[in-house]
Amino acid sequence: MAGSNPNAKPMDLTLKIWRQKDKNSAGQLVTYPLNGISPDMSFLEMLDVLNEELLVKGEEPVAFDHDCREGICGMCSLFINGRAHGPERGTTTCQLHMRHFNHGDTITIEPWRAAAFPVHKDLIVDRSAFDRIQQAGGYVSVNTGGVPDANEIAIPKTIADKAFDAATCIGCGACVAACKNASAMLFVSAKVSQLAMLPQGKVERKTRVENMVAQMDVEGFGACSNIGACAAECPVGISLDNIAMMNREYLGAKASSENV
Amino acid sequence: MILDSKIPEGSLAEKWDKHKFNVKLVNPANKRKYDIIVVGTGLAGASAAATLGELGYNVKAFCFQDSPRRAHSIAAQGGINAAKNYQNDGDSIFRLFYDTIKGGDYRAREANVYRLAQVSVDIIDQCVAQGVPFAREYGGLLANRSFGGAQVSRTFYARGQTGQQLLLGAYSALNRQIAYGKVKMFPRTEMLDLVMVDGKARGIVVRNLITGKVESHSAHAVVLATGGYGNVFFLSTNAMGSNATAAWRAHKKGALFANPCFTQIHPTCIPVSGEYQSKLTLMSESLRNDGRVWVPKTVEIAQRLRKGEITVNDIKEEDRDYYLERKYPAFGNLVPRDVASRNAKLMCDEGRGVGASGLAVYLDFADAIKREGQPAIAAKYGNLFEMYAKITDENPYEKPMRIYPAVHYTMGGLWVDYNLMTNIPGLYATGECNFSDHGANRLGASALMQGLADGYFVIPYTIGDYLAQTPYDKVSVDHPAFKEAEQNVKATTDRLLSIKGNRTVDDFHKALGLIMWDYCGMARNAEGLQFAKQEIRKLRDEFWQNVKVTGVNEELNQTLEKAHRVADFLELGELMVDDALHRNESCGGHFREEYQTPENEALRDDENFAYVAAWEYTNNDGNPILHKEELKFENVKLTQRSYK
Ligand SMILES: Cc1cc2nc3c(=O)[nH]c(=O)nc-3n(C[C@H](O)[C@H](O)[C@H](O)COP(=O)(O)OP(=O)(O)OC[C@H]3O[C@@H](n4cnc5c(N)ncnc54)[C@H](O)[C@@H]3O)c2cc1C
Ligand code: FES
Repeated sequence: MAGSNPNAKPMDLTLKIWRQKDKNSAGQLVTYPLNGISPDMSFLEMLDVLNEELLVKGEEPVAFDHDCREGICGMCSLFINGRAHGPERGTTTCQLHMRHFNHGDTITIEPWRAAAFPVHKDLIVDRSAFDRIQQAGGYVSVNTGGVPDANEIAIPKTIADKAFDAATCIGCGACVAACKNASAMLFVSAKVSQLAMLPQGKVERKTRVENMVAQMDVEGFGACSNIGACAAECPVGISLDNIAMMNREYLGAKASSENV
Repeated sequence: MILDSKIPEGSLAEKWDKHKFNVKLVNPANKRKYDIIVVGTGLAGASAAATLGELGYNVKAFCFQDSPRRAHSIAAQGGINAAKNYQNDGDSIFRLFYDTIKGGDYRAREANVYRLAQVSVDIIDQCVAQGVPFAREYGGLLANRSFGGAQVSRTFYARGQTGQQLLLGAYSALNRQIAYGKVKMFPRTEMLDLVMVDGKARGIVVRNLITGKVESHSAHAVVLATGGYGNVFFLSTNAMGSNATAAWRAHKKGALFANPCFTQIHPTCIPVSGEYQSKLTLMSESLRNDGRVWVPKTVEIAQRLRKGEITVNDIKEEDRDYYLERKYPAFGNLVPRDVASRNAKLMCDEGRGVGASGLAVYLDFADAIKREGQPAIAAKYGNLFEMYAKITDENPYEKPMRIYPAVHYTMGGLWVDYNLMTNIPGLYATGECNFSDHGANRLGASALMQGLADGYFVIPYTIGDYLAQTPYDKVSVDHPAFKEAEQNVKATTDRLLSIKGNRTVDDFHKALGLIMWDYCGMARNAEGLQFAKQEIRKLRDEFWQNVKVTGVNEELNQTLEKAHRVADFLELGELMVDDALHRNESCGGHFREEYQTPENEALRDDENFAYVAAWEYTNNDGNPILHKEELKFENVKLTQRSYK
């Protein structure tokens, strides 16, 4: 087959997977042996193989979230052997390949764990808290139409590039899952910094940071203790600098708040 | 049935402005008396829902993902076209219009395409105002790159993540309206039927994907922005969940489906690596700006390469055939997608393909890296190179990429008039879900443009025209039409769950995909299509007797979700084959082997086929009825496309 390494031998694995019927039921880890896995498979293709086997046996397949399988939609969300998106740095679960595992491995697969992300079923969690934080202020208040010509706003390339780096957050929630306090600071700070850096976003920077942080607290995310597990596990490399920037934005906003 | 495209009078350049002036308006205070349903929150749906909310309508928006931010649009890589002419390289609205019509092999409507080119410039302004971080030059102004089928640089981009940045822009506008209470968002909710009252679209029936609950929503108009149907082929570059169910069920309620056989096979995707393969990954067309496509000059060298006797770096310069540059000197590696794909297939059919399976060609960056240095290439394509390395375990900075064509985009879709309304009053279709702007082949970076044009700048005007003529009265979801549709949805679900057969949904889906790829893919012929039709029917019959769906309706049940979608693909696949069979010509992505020039280029038949084929559903085993919308070309001359 094109792309596959002819010397790569199929692997036999033992999977321990979190099974939970619904939000209100208790869950548990269930063990499944799975044999003949190609190292060129993606992690989710490995789960597809398991699910086909379960279906053929008449058992319920394992529910997990996924869509693009290209590392961009942020839908996949597995906690693999105690790490958000598994062992490879800078990689979402859907882009993780089985060549990073060995024949005979036992792999534990769990959902994101956080009070603000309740489990819907098996490995699927409810991340709607992230949407509500964005709704609290993650935008520039412009209506469609009647805006200036795009090139009337010149933005230094260095700033545009930095804003872009912050804007690449895929909203998967790995930062929350990786943090022992289940803090959402990295996620929130990525949007706050992106818009605070750009001239278009500066007008509302104070209310934006205040409202987004307030919503984050309402949702029950934990406090940030500056350990940096979030950035270390972020599949797209969102930097801790964003948290520092958000803290400055927040203090600045509070110091001059019109909302006191 | 007479298909009225409702193209406004006047010269091409005046039509849209005149039409905007002539449409009826809903006064601001009355807008809140109207409810609009928008199904889908990708670029086309999110932009429409946000803008309609800003105007004051009550909007309900739906998507099947857990958040609108995850729609398939997020995965678009390369860029978005706009006729800004910022590069001063001779671009204009007319040139973008002309390139799009020609690229589509003269099978799109002039008036729609011209309007698309006109509003393209507003899209860029809007996105920048939202804070979308497009690539910039050192002077601080916006940067551009070129894409296939064009000789100017008019593509705006955000590294290899343009779709993500545009969608997050539209998502932010949508969020603002959700916060204001003007849009009510229903994620993890799938539309399973359209509801009509007195011949008009008045609502939808949905299934809550967490609880399984079947519910109805009523409105004065319904917009479908549910994306394309490339996943009929099982393997495609689309997201796993992309499906045709909303459009297909509207079709079964009477909406015509236009040009279903016009599918785009993208030339630069990572080749299939095994049976377990669940999807194919695109390597953006923008790579063809710097990458050179080649195969070994002789079959013998290719064979030795495939056996592993030599490696790619052993092949001397004079033994490499840069076939696109050789055959199409004017456009070179930047020929349109259909041409690039077909040539890759030709090379592999000749036995000159590479990779263990022989189903791949090279995309080589060695010259570009020599010319510009690795950092410059990394700055342009870094994330794509990384993605390639993660999937294949090979480093494209050191070895050329191996690529092969894959199903990517569907030009066909629900038939719409100039107002983007289907033939069902009150039912609109936007974005990839409709058929309107790309003819038989879409140019790169034009889908994002179309989705946002439809949502931000077209539908907000045209839907107002319809609503201004619609009474305020609401229809209750207790109306018998809603109850009947709910019953039908439940009955289909019950049927799927009660079969308890032996074959999985994925297994059926893969079998369908193979039939489609082999007989209705990059090259088609009458005999193969006739055979495919029989095979699809057999497969569909078996599906309804032997499919295995576990669990119950009243839960999160991903197998059931898939079963509904595959049931529809099994019907749509047959219509694609019917359409391909009836179109006795080659054009764009539709290549009938019987109709080609001596140089293997697509041979159109303008005399007999310069029309949109819009199909009417009859019933499952009957034959669909063909309606034709003649295409009139008053501003461009129909010629044999040449990229030489
Ligand atoms: C890998 C890739 C790269 C691409 N790159 C480019 C590019 O560089 N430039 C370019 O111009 N184009 C590109 N395209 C094409 C382009 O991305 C798509 O055509 C476009 O994004 C489609 O947008 P859309 O809004 O019409 O649909 P989508 O983004 O597919 O959105 C569909 C929406 O409908 C919802 N939906 C579907 N069915 C239902 C249902 N039954 N009930 C409820 N909700 C439903 C989904 O949840 C989703 O919200 C690319 C495509 C792919 C696959
Ligand atoms: S499935 Fe989209 S990021 Fe993994």
